Amino acid sequence: MVDASGERLADVLIRSGQVGEVGPGVAVPRGATVLDAGGCLVCPGLVDLHTHLRQPGAEEAETVETGARAAALGGFTAVVAMPNTDPPVDSAAVALEVLALGEGATCLVAVAGAITMGRAGERLAPIGELASMGVRLFTDDGTGVQDVAVMRRALEYARGFDVTLAQHCEDEALARAGHMHEGEWSSRLGVPGIPAEAEEMMVARDIALVRLTGGRMHFLHLSTARSVALVAAAKAEGLAVTAEVTPHHLTLTHAELAGYDPVFKVNPPLRADTDVAALRVGCSDGTVDAVATDHAPHAPERKDDTLDAAPPGMLGLQTALPVVLGALGGGKCNGAVLGLLSWRPARIAGLARHQGGDQGGPIEPGAPANICVIDPTATWEVDPLRLASRSRNTPWAGRTMTGQVRHTLFRGEPVVVDAEAQR
Amino acid sequence: MTRLAGSEGPRPTVSPAAPVVEPAKGGRRHLLSVAELGAEGIAEILEVSDAFVEVGRRSIPKVPSLRGRTVVTLFAEQSTRTRLSFETAAKRLSADVLSFSLDTSSVKKGESLRDTVETVAAMGVDAFVVRHTSAGAPAAVARWVDASVVNAGDGWHEHPTQALLDCYTIRQVLAERAGRPSQGAGVGCFVGLRVAIVGDVRHSRVARSLVLAMGSLGAEVILVAPGSLLPPSLEGWPVTEVSYDLDAVLPHVDVCYLLRLQSERGAGAFLPSVREYSTWYGLTARRAGLLGDGALVMHPGPMNRGVEIADDVAALPQSLVLRQVSNGVAVRMAVLFMLLGQAPVPGTGVSA
Repeated sequence: MVDASGERLADVLIRSGQVGEVGPGVAVPRGATVLDAGGCLVCPGLVDLHTHLRQPGAEEAETVETGARAAALGGFTAVVAMPNTDPPVDSAAVALEVLALGEGATCLVAVAGAITMGRAGERLAPIGELASMGVRLFTDDGTGVQDVAVMRRALEYARGFDVTLAQHCEDEALARAGHMHEGEWSSRLGVPGIPAEAEEMMVARDIALVRLTGGRMHFLHLSTARSVALVAAAKAEGLAVTAEVTPHHLTLTHAELAGYDPVFKVNPPLRADTDVAALRVGCSDGTVDAVATDHAPHAPERKDDTLDAAPPGMLGLQTALPVVLGALGGGKCNGAVLGLLSWRPARIAGLARHQGGDQGGPIEPGAPANICVIDPTATWEVDPLRLASRSRNTPWAGRTMTGQVRHTLFRGEPVVVDAEAQR
Repeated sequence: MTRLAGSEGPRPTVSPAAPVVEPAKGGRRHLLSVAELGAEGIAEILEVSDAFVEVGRRSIPKVPSLRGRTVVTLFAEQSTRTRLSFETAAKRLSADVLSFSLDTSSVKKGESLRDTVETVAAMGVDAFVVRHTSAGAPAAVARWVDASVVNAGDGWHEHPTQALLDCYTIRQVLAERAGRPSQGAGVGCFVGLRVAIVGDVRHSRVARSLVLAMGSLGAEVILVAPGSLLPPSLEGWPVTEVSYDLDAVLPHVDVCYLLRLQSERGAGAFLPSVREYSTWYGLTARRAGLLGDGALVMHPGPMNRGVEIADDVAALPQSLVLRQVSNGVAVRMAVLFMLLGQAPVPGTGVSA
């Protein structure tokens, strides 16, 4: 068993949705269901800070139900649904709709709100009203807030509501026309590029704004070496910043675009191998707080087009854990890696137990039973047609993964047993 | 990507009736990038082109090599010379030619590029010649259909047949000067040849293909452009030198290759004005005077006279612009023949 308080060998008894007894040799009560976790790690359910569930508006790509099922299969017991739906989550009504859709899903569906109305970057969204409904994270993800004065006001206003603003860092003037990382491959392939600086300039700008306002900022899907360095410096200074990276930015580079396959088109784009290396270092030295999937389903007919016409984004929920284990743990599954996927993002999302939530463990008597059981050595092949998502745009099609989620328990219910969704 | 042709095999020869070219064995093949060819692949195409240049000089410049084959020109971008050149090439090979413009097709009714291409392919097509505004579109078409695909220019990426006809033209002129036929001349003439490529390299598919071809053949490539019209990275490009000073480069080059200023690709935003561009990078009559004796002037067309090339310079004897166009047909015949000439006739099991 692995959680924030360390590793130990134990049986776990779950009763009425809560952890009952924990310890070696717990007696099995009569009539109890026994889930075999031999050779496995039992850990708090994973928490994804960055999930696009596409509902409302793009149900052909994903729904809350299918996305939550994919999440459960990936070991997640909570996801934060991004607000770039249609309509976007910039009102209590839309937030309520998504929360209602999440009732009865196979994991907790938390909702992120938009920072600005229509995610247009001009007028502030009702941050206070949404916060009063329990929304803890706000972002215009899909785009960054371009106007620095608007972002300043948002950070100042949000201070009073115990919420975190999260930025998709991308300067549109530099990035707008691009379809992949600007550099060696974009120049060879003749594809308009997105320079690393388009991200880094906004990271630097927002760090300055956090300093100016005393606000709190989470950086979404950082993709470049210098972004990580900027965040490290901001943390050293004591500023309230956190950062996430994605599994794909920890593993894939712009060289994947050599065949113009739009499945590798993603925003921020896959960068250079030096960036991949720096992100991995950032995960191990504590600069990076979380790995988040940026699970971005797109219907097959939209993705199967020319590189410039296809929308950016790739699936992530069901492959995140093995990809991250391979990239960061050297195949080993330990508390450092699981912390990036569970208890650290739970805190950023405001879902940890001390924040009134039920995510991120630790696994102890009386705790809500949100648990993930991982077989770190099991291998499986990624078949896009067998994923729970409505879409197929996984960059890992046909690849063999090492590490599999064997069981997932959400509030005590075994929603995944032996790597099969139970509903 | 597969190679257009293997390096092995006998040299092509010309019979009075038709070129006889031994087939290169292998499955379905495409021409998507010059990078696939290597020096041997380019040399082979140039040799086969010689045979078709000869065909072009006949009173009836037509051979039955691709009779019964269907070639579709699928153009999603304005083009006059490339389209006519490919269609002329296919017709001189006796292929049936279907001409297809995406802007007038059902793509406008919302059909996806994939559906459109698959629909056309279902009619029985042996080769698609694809011109598209999106880099990589021919590669996508090659993924979707079984037919051969020839890249006739994709976005800023490549325009392989343009580079091949440029290579052919240079080799032809150098052979003429040496007083020997170009046929059988090989590609040794390119080794150490100093080629300046001038202008909008950033947005130029011609430049990308030409740089790769010249690099493969051992030429020295000098890129001359304002900084804003160079690609963001030249890593991996076989380029000897980058210069911002055309006057300094001109006396030392064997070929001055002028690129068209691609104002329709937004080049205007990369420059203060067209006038400023032509002031520093246009080949004016004064600048042409800086060229060494025998240096060649080339341009892929269509020319912006008075911008990248002065009217007087275009008319100089060392300007090869029209010769490039006329060689284009023979080189495209060679490419289509080498892709399609060996495959069995569908449904009959008969080899060509």
